[in-house]
Amino acid sequence: MTAIVVYIDQLDAPGKLSTTVGQLLTLARGAGEPVAVVAGPASAALLAELGAYGVARVLHSEQAELGEYLVAPKADLVAQAAAAVSASAVLVDNSPAGKEIAARAGVALNAGVITDAVAVTYDGGTLVAHKSVLAGSYTVQARATSAVAVISVKAHSVEASLAAEAVIPAVEAVEVAFAPASLAARVTKRTPRAASGRPELEDARIIVAGGRGLDGDFTPVEELADVLGAAVGASRAATDAGWISHASQVGQTGKKVSPQLYISVGISGAIQQKAGMQTSKLIVAVNKDAESPIFEIADFGIVGDLFKILPQAVEEIKKRRA
Amino acid sequence: MENSALNIVVLVKYVPDAQFDRHLTGDAHTIDRSESILSELDEYALEAALALTDARGGAKAGNVVTALTLGPASAAAAVKKSLQIGATQGLHVTDDALAGSDASATSLALAAAIKTLGPVDLVITGMASTDGETSLIPAQLAARLGLAQLTFASELEVEGGTVTARRDGDDYSEEIEASLPALVSVTDQANEPRYPNFKGIIAAKKKKVTTVSLADLGLAASAVGAEGSLTTVSAAAERPARTAGTIITDSGDAGIQLVDFLAAQKLI
Repeated sequence: MTAIVVYIDQLDAPGKLSTTVGQLLTLARGAGEPVAVVAGPASAALLAELGAYGVARVLHSEQAELGEYLVAPKADLVAQAAAAVSASAVLVDNSPAGKEIAARAGVALNAGVITDAVAVTYDGGTLVAHKSVLAGSYTVQARATSAVAVISVKAHSVEASLAAEAVIPAVEAVEVAFAPASLAARVTKRTPRAASGRPELEDARIIVAGGRGLDGDFTPVEELADVLGAAVGASRAATDAGWISHASQVGQTGKKVSPQLYISVGISGAIQQKAGMQTSKLIVAVNKDAESPIFEIADFGIVGDLFKILPQAVEEIKKRRA
Repeated sequence: MENSALNIVVLVKYVPDAQFDRHLTGDAHTIDRSESILSELDEYALEAALALTDARGGAKAGNVVTALTLGPASAAAAVKKSLQIGATQGLHVTDDALAGSDASATSLALAAAIKTLGPVDLVITGMASTDGETSLIPAQLAARLGLAQLTFASELEVEGGTVTARRDGDDYSEEIEASLPALVSVTDQANEPRYPNFKGIIAAKKKKVTTVSLADLGLAASAVGAEGSLTTVSAAAERPARTAGTIITDSGDAGIQLVDFLAAQKLI
């Protein structure tokens, strides 16, 4: 059976498998023999989890360069490990770093690279990546024509599932031969960003997002998000104004999300904002301007004062739950 | 050596204007490039280059900013706009055989084009194109050219022969440092792009634009285009346009109606 490499970063939070990696392993198991390529330690806890996903083979490196330089050494690891196991495909997560690992591994392996896959299917021996393009106005199916396919896959591409029978993985330490230029961009400082305690935008079932209409006060959006267990997002106008972290931005230059429900509050809905959220299942909009373009794509829209409407909704939800 | 003149290449892409409906056409599902403009995210790359060269005395002091585009004849408009904004010269890679190139083939041709410019200090790009949106080209170019890769920079500084950048991720903000030469991609947080002014528009008419073909770059037609690409789009479907649903005006109970809607959708 053909080897499908899944890249797993264990440098930041060793011992824990991210939910997205569980999904990638599930995809890989459906298309071939999953091989885990790990940057960082292969702890007993990690190996047990990988075994539960049916991973029989783990290649890992703990070389310090993997964390000391930006992205490129990790791509060298992925490319060299994929070549060593004659992989037919490499799956990585769709984070900025994941896409760049895919990009560089693609060059090294002379492999076609497809990013932003929302689903990966298997068609007569070839992996087919499904993705949205042009701000969600088209869905396309793409495939690599090279011997190896490299695909970066968004969260929720598949429901993660464990193998019918757990296996005990064989672990091999690999010694990556880093290209000189891979050791050129040194990470001199890393500052952790404050965690909000709310769900991540990409993982959330519900997102409440605020924009210019919040006028500097995100409290109503945060309170509604918290009663709904939702993530908080923002338009670029709100992040540029410094009202909320840039990491919360949804749109062309921020996160591209497709939750079950996107509640847009005080956001006009310019094309750059729509590019990040119009593939959401349901869109609710609250805006005082009835002419806002957001109402053209909202399933339910309210023209009115968000500072009255949101607190009323929060109270009503609490009341119904009491 | 302290802050000597810089030779910078900026990648500029001619992309369909996102303000209009954009379409895929033909059997290969390639993008319809009518109604195109300079990709707005490339304006941040150009601004980053101009800020660095302005601080070093500009073109008079020997600084060079080359606006490089790859695309059909019409893509010359992206170079022209870049020259109006302040780039020193233009380089336009154009060849019928390039049509349908994926990221791999595109980065191959761009790398070959950059090599014709002699030793460059910096290659600066935007964080993504606004059409393909893959962000693959900066990393692939850095790999092909053997350059240090400092991507998704929200801050960029060059001091002597050292480039530093700040990269803001979800979990960490990172400081990255490298010796020149290097490739940098900048985000829309990096700066505030300038607009072309009248003087710039007049000055652009005298600036040199070099047009090169694949043969000029020593590349075979089979290395690029659909033939040289390593990916293919096998199917494409236009998503039905979203339509407006129920729109109400608040008359005092809209918050409750919102909760009713969420309950009807089984979301609470």
